[in-house]
Amino acid sequence: MELLVFVLAAAMVLGGALGVVTRNNPVHAALSLVLTLFGIAVMFISHDAHFLAAVQVIVYAGAIVVLFLFVIMLLGVDKSEDMSIEPLTAQRPLAVIVGLGVSGVVIAAIVSSKDSFVKRGSGIDIAKLESPDANVKQLARSIFSDYVFAFELTSVLLLVAVIGTVLLARRQRSSEVAK
Amino acid sequence: MISIVEPTETWYLVLAAVLFGIGVVGVMVRRNPLIMFMSIELMLNAVNLSFVALATSLADINGQTAVFFVLVVAAAEVVVGLGIIVSIMRRRSDANADDMSGLKG
Repeated sequence: MELLVFVLAAAMVLGGALGVVTRNNPVHAALSLVLTLFGIAVMFISHDAHFLAAVQVIVYAGAIVVLFLFVIMLLGVDKSEDMSIEPLTAQRPLAVIVGLGVSGVVIAAIVSSKDSFVKRGSGIDIAKLESPDANVKQLARSIFSDYVFAFELTSVLLLVAVIGTVLLARRQRSSEVAK
Repeated sequence: MISIVEPTETWYLVLAAVLFGIGVVGVMVRRNPLIMFMSIELMLNAVNLSFVALATSLADINGQTAVFFVLVVAAAEVVVGLGIIVSIMRRRSDANADDMSGLKG
């Protein structure tokens, strides 16, 4: 059963990721990104990370992809990109070689060190996972006790990001340009 | 009766590595800055997946806490990046990273 979930979610993740990289139309690429994000959310659920799965769907698939689509519509760049011309010679083959190299090195490291992983089943305090909201409680205890200072800093980060974006995307009035 | 293979953490980590590689190729191959951004999101998600897989296998909730902070930073990064793209595109209306060489001094 878990194998079936893994295979289906992996197909969603990889199919969506290949869609992002290969689709010419930016809108199609954004929708492929949604597929990948949902696949990742399914894998979070199969790891009992229920809160993160919900946040993944709400924040990533909900907010971030909608933001992408807004910008695509706002800028009117939803025309297909012409993939037939290649401005830098041999850029694409080299890019694929580098990508395969990165994946290959990481996979080699994972496979060679897989015996050092603790066997699955020792899990995150399985005894405490009896109640359905145990994951949320554990995560909340971690965020609001050990990492409370980092949590407060993220609010400052979001505030700075919002103000910076308003400043960047603001349309300059002609009187200000003249100064 | 066939023996049922259960996916181990190694499977998830290998999938995350493949997803990261696809994201790397996307950033280098595509010239539309929006799609380059989406490829960066793919790489962030690959890292999140391996964080969660290792949090389960090492029985440590702090891996999931790290994913929470990555999500927040990714949201901030997307907002700022799209703001920059919008303000550039307003001046020059073609979506092509190669034309950004005008940013050189």
